[in-house]
Amino acid sequence: MNAAPALLVENLSVEFRTRSGVVRALESVSFAVAKGETLAIVGESGSGKSVTAYAVMGILDPAGRVTSGRAVLGGLDLLQASPSQLAEVRGREIAMIFQNPRAALNPIRPVGRQIADVLLRHGNVTRAEAPNLAVELLRAVGIPDPARRAKAYPFEMSGGMCQRVMIAIALAAKPSLLIADEPTTGLDVTTQAVIMDLISDLAAGSGMATMFITHDLALAAQRANRIAVMHAGHVIECASRRELFARPRHPYTAELIAATPDRVASLDQLASIPGSLPDLRRLDLPHCRYSERCPRKRTDCDQPLPRSPVNAAHMVACWNPLQ
Amino acid sequence: MGNLVLKRLLVAVPSLVGVVIVTFLLTRALPGDPAAYFAGPAATKEAIEQIRVKLGLDQPLIIQFGRYVADLVRGDLGISLTTGQPVISEIRTRLPASAELTLLGLLVSVSIAVPLGIFAATRPGSLIDHMCRVVASAGVSLPVFFTGLMLVYVFYYLLGWAPAPLGRLDIFYSPPPHFTGFYLIDSAIAGNGEVFLASLKQLILPALTLGIFSLAPIARMTRASMLAVLSSDFIRTARASGLSPFTITVTYAFRNAMLPVVTTLGMVFSFLLGANVLVEKVFAWPGIGSFAVEALIASDFAPVQGFVLTMAMMYVALNLMIDILYGLIDPRVRLES
Amino acid sequence: MTALAATARHARYVIGENPVTGLAFALFVLIVLAAAFGPFLVPYDPLASNTAVALKPPSAAHWFGTDQLGRDVFSRVIVATRLDFLIALSSVALVFLMGGLAGVAAGYFGGWTDRIVGRIADTIMAFPLFVLAMGIVAALGNTVENIVIATAIVNFPLYARVARAEANIRREAGFVEAARLSGNSELRILGCHVLPNVFPILVVQMSLTMGYAILNAAGLSFIGLGVRPPTAEWGIMVAEGAAFIVSGEWWIALFPGAALMLAVFCFNLLGDGLRDIVDPRRRT
Repeated sequence: MNAAPALLVENLSVEFRTRSGVVRALESVSFAVAKGETLAIVGESGSGKSVTAYAVMGILDPAGRVTSGRAVLGGLDLLQASPSQLAEVRGREIAMIFQNPRAALNPIRPVGRQIADVLLRHGNVTRAEAPNLAVELLRAVGIPDPARRAKAYPFEMSGGMCQRVMIAIALAAKPSLLIADEPTTGLDVTTQAVIMDLISDLAAGSGMATMFITHDLALAAQRANRIAVMHAGHVIECASRRELFARPRHPYTAELIAATPDRVASLDQLASIPGSLPDLRRLDLPHCRYSERCPRKRTDCDQPLPRSPVNAAHMVACWNPLQ
Repeated sequence: MGNLVLKRLLVAVPSLVGVVIVTFLLTRALPGDPAAYFAGPAATKEAIEQIRVKLGLDQPLIIQFGRYVADLVRGDLGISLTTGQPVISEIRTRLPASAELTLLGLLVSVSIAVPLGIFAATRPGSLIDHMCRVVASAGVSLPVFFTGLMLVYVFYYLLGWAPAPLGRLDIFYSPPPHFTGFYLIDSAIAGNGEVFLASLKQLILPALTLGIFSLAPIARMTRASMLAVLSSDFIRTARASGLSPFTITVTYAFRNAMLPVVTTLGMVFSFLLGANVLVEKVFAWPGIGSFAVEALIASDFAPVQGFVLTMAMMYVALNLMIDILYGLIDPRVRLES
Repeated sequence: MTALAATARHARYVIGENPVTGLAFALFVLIVLAAAFGPFLVPYDPLASNTAVALKPPSAAHWFGTDQLGRDVFSRVIVATRLDFLIALSSVALVFLMGGLAGVAAGYFGGWTDRIVGRIADTIMAFPLFVLAMGIVAALGNTVENIVIATAIVNFPLYARVARAEANIRREAGFVEAARLSGNSELRILGCHVLPNVFPILVVQMSLTMGYAILNAAGLSFIGLGVRPPTAEWGIMVAEGAAFIVSGEWWIALFPGAALMLAVFCFNLLGDGLRDIVDPRRRT
């Protein structure tokens, strides 16, 4: 990586205070998204992939706290920024789309106005221009008859169309990074492909970096340049797509790939990997959170995990990686 | 849109029918001789018989019901024994007094309860949040007539800020020329500032009493609804899009949170219309509530029947309006019909 | 551990967790004691008038002062506890029977039973409730019994709805099917299996209704319905004291009013606490 990355996350740790204890949801998470690159973050439910995104965007649940780390976007550390600095950046330089698109849109506001709201906030447009620009954005994301659709409400649209609207909202201010949290979960397979194509095309057109979160390994295999695998709040491996599938180094990654028949099943449908996610409230969590279910565990696995530089070509957090 | 209104109207019809039947039964269910009740405690036997024939009380129940409905359609609610006037004209004269009071009470209530609920929801755990919760729990325990009396004691007797609780206007002033019957509106139209202020002064304590009474359910519902909306997915999207806190709280969250609050208003009106009667007694307010209470004490039944019927019909109409209002605000309801 | 013992232990836990509920229980016990033993323990005869000491403010001799007829306000307030408590209790018991049975029948049998009960409930709800209570008392006659009946009728829809919902859920439940298969008649199933399960939810509602019933009765007596002077009842005492507020004799209306507030508040808190004990999932 030669140029500065679009997003650089280093040593991000997040905790949640709950009634039954402190959940150490993320620990020392580090990765980078290069300009124009597509990074996929994959992992089982509970691995912390969404929490990472929410922490970067600053929309964590009130019970959550960032305890360490930085997330640098365009020279600004998002985790240390003041509310006014964040307000400038969120939605303008970095944007996010969510799963369940219909629920993620305001149910009683026409979609055109929701797009216009973002345009007016970030886009240096006048009140008069905003509605028309919104219609153009709807056209750009492939919604037929956009002028009429702009007046429609989310409940009148299909899931796929709602996701397109969300993409339009996210891209309205031409951000340099788009975070997509499970953008195609819940959509049918054809629509999934169409939506992912749309995102790739738009990203390519503007040089925007994309970070998408998924439990679908196959999706990551198709769409991502680089893949980061998360387990129990750690990034355990990060490599280019080809490298990861050709030479997985972390035992967990290998299990995942091996257990994916024809690489078309999602992680949730896999034959079980032995053991289960450790309880993140435990005070005696081992340094390697996979060690208790790992067949390759050695005595020296009890020490803190090795650190690789963020821009390493193939990073793995393991003392006994596969070769 | 017209479809929505029509559907709601149709739903209101069975309620109206039920109301008419029940009010009919209420007077015919009187223990003893209905004719004697209508004739009054001082009537002679001949007078009672006359009334019996006149009101058709010797006919079978079905015929009586038919006459009742026919009278209703003509606007005939009977004659009041104590005043000798047709009940309908008494009600018509006194209704604006009650309406002005209730509406102002509701205004006071909403203007305090809604912001309270919103601030409590946007600042969880703060002083305002605790205050809101205390108000919501304690408010439902306060008897409305007690609140009224305490307000009179503090603000009239102790502090001397409020006028004596003797009705709509101090005796020195005469009521403004009649347009709506609402003294505030009428005096404004007539440009009479003095009467406007005088009416307002008389209105403050009773409206405040009603307002305090209906504060609790509205504040509680606003807070709960706002909390639910603020943790919803689309607010998360709005935050991620970097919209301003004002846009998020007001344009996005508040409008959605208001939907259940509008629905709650139906229940609030049920309480308010009942509390109105009690407040009118405390403040000697010449509305239909005090009309009914005076008639009750004098065993004068036609006004009571007219009162119950009028209040019930107003309540049905209010609920209808709330339903329609809800349909207007929520496009999901509006466009489905 | 029997079900009762388990419930008692959970009750103690809930009270411990939330001291306010404990306070409500304590207050409830106080009210019941005042209702039961008050009339025997009060310093003065609540009906004895003594115009020589009329309108005296609170003092050592008369803790809550005296009213316009020289009667001791404290004694009257305490004695009134019994009447108001009994009125509330009878209304709640009555509506529990009427509404509970009707609702359970409607939920269990469905069909016409359901429709009729529903119609009745809807018709009652079409009225502002206090206004309907006024109308009923006016029609049936100005007595305390009719206040009880009116309060019960006005609360009928709520109980019927809650009971119906619970019965509906249990209609298809496993143990009902089992009972049916072993040849029990529908009525027996209703009485022995469905009703006992519906009871706890209704008990929570009953506590909340107690508060409302007291307010309702007091409101009706305030406007002159039901209770007549010289009976000691909180609502009528406030009404009598109302005339003297404007001349500054605040104690005649304040103490009965405060007692009203305290009682209603107690029952509301109790209801919330009971709800936590019976079904923690429904905590607000």
